[in-house]
Formats: sequence, C-alpha cells, structure tokens
Amino acid sequence: MARITMREAISQALMEEMDRDPAVFILGEEVGVWGGTYAVTKGFYDKYGAARVKDTPIAENAIIGAAIGAAMVGQRPVAELMTINFAFSAMDYIVNQAPKLHYMFGGQFKVPLVMRAVGGGGRQLGATHSQTPDAIFAHFPGLIVVSPGTPADAKGLLKSAIRSDNPVLFIEHATMYQTRGEVPEGEYLVPLEKSTVQRPGKDLTIVTYCKGLELSLKAAEELAKTGIEAEIVDLRTLRPLDMQPVLESFKKTNRAIVVEEGWKSYGVGAEVVSRMYESAFDYADAPILRVAQKEVPLPYNRALEQAALPQVADIVAAAQEVMK
Amino acid sequence: MDKEKLLQMYFEMVQIRRLEERGAELYQAGKIGGFMHLYIGQEAVSTGLIAAREPRDRVITAYRDHGVALNCGISANEVMAELLGKVTGTSKGKGGSMHMADTSKNMWGGHAIVGGHLPIASGLALGDQYAGNDNVTLCMFGDGATNIGYFHEALNLAKTWGLRVLWVCENNQYGMGTAVERASAVDEIRQKAEGYGMKNSRVDGMNVLKVYEAARDAIKTVRETGQPYLLEAMTYRFRGHSMGDPERYRQQEEVKKWQENDPIGIFHAYLLGKNFATAAELDALDAKAEADTNTAVEFAEASPEPGMEELFADVYAD
Amino acid sequence: MAEIINMPKLGFDMAEGTLVRWVKNVGETINKGEVLAEIETDKATVEVESSFSGVVLQQLVDAGTSVPVNTPIAVVGVEGEQLPVASDQLPVASNQSSADTTTAQPDNRTTAQPDNRSTVQPDNRPTVQPNNRPTESASALTKASPLAKKVARERGVDLGSVVGTGPGGRIVRRDIEAILKGSQLPVASSQPETLPTANLQPTTLADESIPTTKLRQAIGRRLVESKTTIPHFYVTHEYKMDALMDMRKQVNAVLPDGEKLSVNDFVLKGVALALRQFPNLNAMLKGAEVIQFGQVNVGVAVTVPGGLMTVVVKDTDRKTLRQISGEVKAMAARARSGKVKPEDVDGSTFSTSNLGMYDVEDFIAIINPPEAAILAIGSAREVPVVSGGQIVPGWRMKATISVDHRISDGAEAAQFLQALAGFLENPVRLLV
Repeated sequence: MARITMREAISQALMEEMDRDPAVFILGEEVGVWGGTYAVTKGFYDKYGAARVKDTPIAENAIIGAAIGAAMVGQRPVAELMTINFAFSAMDYIVNQAPKLHYMFGGQFKVPLVMRAVGGGGRQLGATHSQTPDAIFAHFPGLIVVSPGTPADAKGLLKSAIRSDNPVLFIEHATMYQTRGEVPEGEYLVPLEKSTVQRPGKDLTIVTYCKGLELSLKAAEELAKTGIEAEIVDLRTLRPLDMQPVLESFKKTNRAIVVEEGWKSYGVGAEVVSRMYESAFDYADAPILRVAQKEVPLPYNRALEQAALPQVADIVAAAQEVMK
Repeated sequence: MDKEKLLQMYFEMVQIRRLEERGAELYQAGKIGGFMHLYIGQEAVSTGLIAAREPRDRVITAYRDHGVALNCGISANEVMAELLGKVTGTSKGKGGSMHMADTSKNMWGGHAIVGGHLPIASGLALGDQYAGNDNVTLCMFGDGATNIGYFHEALNLAKTWGLRVLWVCENNQYGMGTAVERASAVDEIRQKAEGYGMKNSRVDGMNVLKVYEAARDAIKTVRETGQPYLLEAMTYRFRGHSMGDPERYRQQEEVKKWQENDPIGIFHAYLLGKNFATAAELDALDAKAEADTNTAVEFAEASPEPGMEELFADVYAD
Repeated sequence: MAEIINMPKLGFDMAEGTLVRWVKNVGETINKGEVLAEIETDKATVEVESSFSGVVLQQLVDAGTSVPVNTPIAVVGVEGEQLPVASDQLPVASNQSSADTTTAQPDNRTTAQPDNRSTVQPDNRPTVQPNNRPTESASALTKASPLAKKVARERGVDLGSVVGTGPGGRIVRRDIEAILKGSQLPVASSQPETLPTANLQPTTLADESIPTTKLRQAIGRRLVESKTTIPHFYVTHEYKMDALMDMRKQVNAVLPDGEKLSVNDFVLKGVALALRQFPNLNAMLKGAEVIQFGQVNVGVAVTVPGGLMTVVVKDTDRKTLRQISGEVKAMAARARSGKVKPEDVDGSTFSTSNLGMYDVEDFIAIINPPEAAILAIGSAREVPVVSGGQIVPGWRMKATISVDHRISDGAEAAQFLQALAGFLENPVRLLV
C-alpha cells in the first residue's frame, strides 16, 4: 500500500487508463499546456501530446457536446469541467442529452463518457464558484453520478467510470486534492454503484460521501471519546443509489444521521432518509437527522463561509441528539 | 449522373411525401401522439444532400427527421412503426417522430432540442478525427438553430480543431412562426460562417440536382481540406411547423407561390424534359411509393406495442 | 363508398374542437385536400381538409358546436349512396365546451374509486371531523419510536404501561428492554404521573361522532346474537404458574429474538390437549344434535384497528409450542395490517381471549357462536400465596370459561379447567 494524495490517485487513474486504451482521451479547459487548473493532468500534455490531451475553448456546450458525439462513435473521452458550477452552462448535455440517448433510441447508442467536475465550497470563491449541487444531477435517470471520499476510491472508481459504457459525472472536491490515503499497489477497480462501510460501529449510522466522509471520520473520533461508536457508510455513487449497506447498518444501530455538503432542501439526505423510512421504518429508534449546508448562497468572507458549511461539530451535535 | 440514381432520388422524394401525408392522417386520427413535424416541401434538400454522401459519412439532423431517415435507407416500415410507437420502429417505439436513428445506416438521429445536436455533430467528427479517418459528418439544422449559442460553440470548435463537418442549414424562412429577418441579425445565414473563417455557399433547396451538386462539391472540400463548410439551402415547408400550427404568420399567397415550385414537380418535369424517364416510368415510381406507404401502415398497425419490459430497458447500457 | 370525416387531432394536447364554419355544404363536391370546414381549438382556428374526394353527403355537427377529437363530423361519398351513420347515432353536440369535456371524457376515477369519506357526513356540526380511520389502540397514541412499537408488539408489552426516557418522553427501545428485564416496573395506568400533563389542563372538547367500522358492526351483530340466544354460565379457576414461568424462561433463553414464547402460547397448547379429553366443549349445537369436532382448532382473539378478530391455529393439539407461537404471531400481524387471509380466521372450534398483557386479573368473555365455549385468560402475576403455612411469593393466573348451557354443565366445565391445570402446572406435559 502506498500513501498518496487524492490528486495523485486521480492522475494515476487517468494515466493508467490512457496507457491501457488508446480510445481514452482528455479534453477540457486548460487540461493540456497549463496542466490542469488543479494540476491533475500535469505532465499529460508532454507525455500524450495535443491529440490526446485537448485544450478546448471556454465553451462548456462544445466541450460536453463534442465529448458526447465522440463517445457515440466509439471513443472514450474524459471531459473536464473546470468546476461543477460551469456544468450549468452545459446542463442540456449533462442532463438532457447524455443520459437520454441510449434509452431514447432504443439502445442503439452508447455514450461511454466521463465528465470530471470539481465541486465544493470552502475556498472563498464566492457564491457562483463554490457550490455542491450534486443532488441536481443525481435526479436524472441514465446518468451515473460518482463522488469519492478517499484516494483509493477515487482511483478505483475513476478507472471503472472510464470503462463504463454510460455517461458518468465524476465529482471531485476542491479541498480534498491534498487528502492522503492508502492506495493499493497495482491495477485495481472499485465498482460503481456500490456504497460501502468506511468505519465500523454499533451505536449510530452516519451516511455520507465525499467531503462529508472526511468530516464524519473526524466526528466519529470525537464521538468515540464519549463512548459512541459510529458506523460510517460512504455512498460513493449517488445514482444509481445502493442503499443496502445503509439499511444493514441502520437495522443494527437503529439511529442515524446523514451528512452532505450541499443544501439540505431536496438534497441527498432527503433522498436517503426517505428511503430509510420506506424500507426500515420499524427499525428507527429516533428521528433520522440531516447535517447539511445552511440555506444561503455561499458567502466570500471566510468566517461566514465556514459558518454556512457543515462542520465536524455539527455532525457531533447531530449524533448526540439522535443518541438521546 | 446515371439514370438509375436519378430515378432513385425521384422515388425517395415521392416516398417521403406519401409517407408523411399518411402520417398526417394517422396523426389526425389520433394514432400518432406527441409532436410531429412534416418535411413536405423540403424533400429536395435531404434527398440531394444524402445522395451525395458516401455510406461512411455520418448524418445527424433535428426533429424534422422522417425524410432524412428514409434517404439514409431506413425502411418506410420502421419509420411508420416508430411514428405509431411500435416496438418494430427505429427506436423500439421509445423515441417517436423526433427521434429516428439507425447507426447501421450512419443515421445518427433526429434530435429535438433546437441546436442541441450541433456540438454533438462536432463530436462525431472529433471521434473520426481521433480515429484518423476522413469521414465527413453531415449536420442538418434549421435557420432557427443558428441563433442559439450551441451553433456558435459548435462552429467555432469545428473550425478551430479542423473537424470534418458539413453544416447544412435548411433555411425554410421561419423558425417556428418567426421569420428569419425577425430573429436573425443577418438574413443570409451563410454569412454567419464568415465570422469563423469558414467556407460557405448558398443553394436553391427546391432543386434536388442543385442541392446534390453543391453537396457533392462541399463534401469533397471538407474531406480534402479537413475543414468544416457551411451550406445554406433555401427551401420552404408547405405544411405548418408541426401538426396544429395555425399558420397566422404567413400569407396563403406566399405558400401558394412556393408550392408552384414544388421540388417534386420541378424534378418530374426535368426528368421528362431531359428524357431521363418516361411518364409511365415515373407513374410506376409514384405507384410504388403509394404501395410501400400502404405496406408500411399495415406493418406498423400490425406490429406489437413495446412490452412493459421495455419500460426499464436501456436506461443504462450493460 | 361513403367515408366519415372525424374531428381531427391537431396538436398533442388537443382534446376537442369547435366547428366554426362549414366551408363545403351538403351536396357540394369536394376533392381530397380541399378545405371542408374551419375548426377552432383552444389555441387557434384551423382548416380541416377532406381526406377523401366525393360529395358532402352529410354534416353531422352544427356550426358553433364543440365535439371531442375523433368524433365523426361529416360524411363524404358518392351522391345518393347509403349513409353509414344513421341520424339517430349522431353525436350529441353542445355549445358548452367545458361541460362537454367532462361528459366526453368521463374520468373513471370518480366512479371506480368511491370516496368513503364523502358518504360519511355524520352531521353538520362544524367541530366534527369525519374520520374513517379505525380507533387506534393506546399504543398508537403513545409517543414511541417505530422500533419501540415493533418490539413492544412482538413481546406483548403494552406501551401504555411504559415510561419513555427519550426526547420529549418518547418511548425508545431501551425502555421496552428495561420492562422485559424487569428493571422498569410497568406503570399501572391509574397512576396519575404517567398521564401526559396536557390532559390535566382544563380544556373543553367538543363531542366527536365517529362512524363505526364494518368490522365493529359485524362484531356487534354476532355478539348480540350470542349473548341474547345462548344461555352462558361461567366457571373460574386459578392456576399455579411457577413451573410454567420457570420453563418459559429457560426455553426463551435459547430461542432467537422474535421467536420467544409468550405465556399464552403455553395456555393454547394446554387448552388444545385438555379439549381432547373433553370433546363436548370442542363442539357446536345443531338443532337437536351436538356436533363434536374431530379437529381441535383453537381461536385466539386479536385486537385489530377497528375491533377484534379471531385467528385460528389449526390442529393446535398436534403442533409444537414453537409452531403455535409462530403461527399466532404471523396471523396476528396480518390481521393488524389488514392483510389477513381467509384461512387465518376460519374453522375455529374453541376460542380464547387473553387480556393478561393489560394486567387483568380475571374477566369473562362472550361465546363466539356457534362454538360451545370460550376461555378468558388473565395475567400471570406474582402474588403472596400460602405454602406450608408460610406466605411466600408465587405465580398465579386465573382463567374463566364461558359455556353454552344447552351443550354442557358446570361440572364438566370445572373438570375441563382442572384438566387444563394438569398441563399448565406440569408444563413438561406440553412438550411431549
């Protein structure tokens, strides 16, 4: 096992897949000469050349639209959205074209496309560049929405996403590129569409993903000091949603919270909690609570921004509340 | 051009006309749902264009796609079955009028979001460029699609990256009910290509041979130069934008004037005048188009509805 | 041949059209594609073209009227030919398009799914809230977590006797477990401190009129018949339950959660074995004959929303305690959730009713006709008993049998209860 950063893990996944399959190429704003605005594709341009590492105009419709077309004729493009906030400019392609083409034409077209998008708040980028709108995209059947919380998962999931014949929106968190974690040596894949337990526990279930996982692991350490052993279930893929590990954990602990960075209203937590009540109502020994972003556009000021984002203390407080 | 090809083009135009006329009747009888946009009046554009392609060249178009589907070689049976929502249709009855496709015929779909398929067309060409071949993508769209951002992003990318796309604007004078001059900064759509340093030309879209020749030359240019090209075909739809169009935006005199230039009538007269065919030969093709349409309706009516297992099939590729 | 022209569908959302003007009148020649009439949809006025060539033979709709899509509006054919549409089959058209829409497109839902609420309007008092929901048991009115409710249901704990320690006094699992472990004493419902404070505040509540359920009405009819036509007599017996309680504890220690045995499961088995010795109580009256049943199928009264139902353990005497327990649990769950199967409630030959979970010492039940008898079972309770001249704690349980005097007498009933004691007080006999 090697201990590497999230950035290195994603970069390794891209490089391994490009070496494995000549149909894989990268396109996006500043992915080539610049080396990626988050330096994920640093060195790629020199290694693979302009044909496989394509700098695009700042034109999200052209980027995602062209990636869809190339995927339809058998290539495996990995399109990078500099931030997920720019996905709104290409909304038609992400939610209204890519997820529909296979179904609407009776299965004729395949769209083996990966859209990497950087999301999340906490870097004082202001309201339009700091969002965590994952739930919006997870609303649409036909799209696979992945958002990893560890370097090992990021690498294994991205490799699976590139090999999938479906359009995958792969959401990375802007503040987690330096997060380090153990990554297996050599070739491995993490299956899409599978949630997993990241920390075992018996008293309380914390359901989360991506940045929420990082925060929840810290919260679990705090809770352990007070004798509460939290089990953390990492969703990893938001659509299609794998509820089995969540339900198994909840049936054991009977108490749960859901942690997400996006807004609470109509969010991932709303979906997960609803499904828990639908499938495991009789196992609830306390109401399931949600920890999420305050219902405001994210402010620039650092203190205000941190106040709006979910924090470790919020998770601890919610956990203690459901343990009453 | 040899006689056989000319007669084939004539047949395709008549077939489109007959099949859509029957489609309109079936729509009015409530057997076809949703939106349906007829190609009647514009048959020369698609017929001339697609006759000029090689089979390896890709075709992608908007929602007015029945004619394009037939020209690409999709059978009348499959087109009619899709209109009736039957499992034997081009898209198993799950796409409908606006979503006909057959990748084996290199027909990459009717697409229903105005302008939405233009960046995808750039992508089809990008895929071919990446694969190292010189296939040309023929991308058809209406005048209305040239006012939306997709058009500009797609043309800019195609020119910047040297993608082999022949952009074919079917200027039928109206984007739904809004005349070109009321919606577009320039009346000549081809001028828009100038801003991207892209070769362009305009052609009489009511004359199938002129379309054929212009398309043949443009495809050759695109293939050889590795650069996109914009061809504007001047045409007119004889029917409304879609079924149920009150047509308040244009005068009957204007429609009549264009109908005197019926592309089928023009081509019919040409074939007789140049002695490419006898009246009896053309009558026989008319009769075949009628008979094929009848067969298609019978086929579609007799075809099964998609089973409920189709509801959840193909949401994701396996 | 004459052809019918229908009101065309001119847009995906068009349901009906108004015929504004006939362009071609009866007798006029019309070619395919020529305009026959003008119609107006809710969006626009459009022309209807004839899809056939011929003569307009008949106009089926007057100008100015609205008809649904696909309604015949005209007949085109050869002059003088027979009309395919008889005049008395003409569509009825009206000028009221909004009214037309409802008659032309009947909404099946309104007829197929009668809404019971609309028929139950008890009276005009504004305070009355018509409510068809069955009156829920006390446990549903008590604030408890779903898990606590489930465990209480499975373990036969009355939520009304539990003090909740969760937020806001909510009963949670640990409270039920405390009861089961004996570390929290069940609180008698008469104790005032368990009453929610809100109930102590003086409030004026309006009278409420609650319609009876079908089940309630059926119970009423049946038991009025029983109580007014069957001459009941009653015999009570007190059972020494120490050995049984001890055995139950041992058995339950090895059974998984959810499969633990209740006291009642033992009683059912004992009743079934005793009935084998007293076939006259496992019987019914039919005219001048008593039919003694070959099978022993013991019924168990179960509280369900809106009333009670008797679920039946078939061949109770031949089943093991675990089988009996499992069947009763499953059937009771189905009965409570409204998913009872016909065979769950059919074929009972002798009924029992147990109010032990409510800390009831003794009660009498009404016979479930046409059966000969019913056994009412109280709670097993630890009481002071005299043993060897000393007062010592002992487990006791009372049961009262109600018997149809037309079939049996007090002595037989008393002997039956004694035979039951032979099983309950030597519970090992229930296992073999």
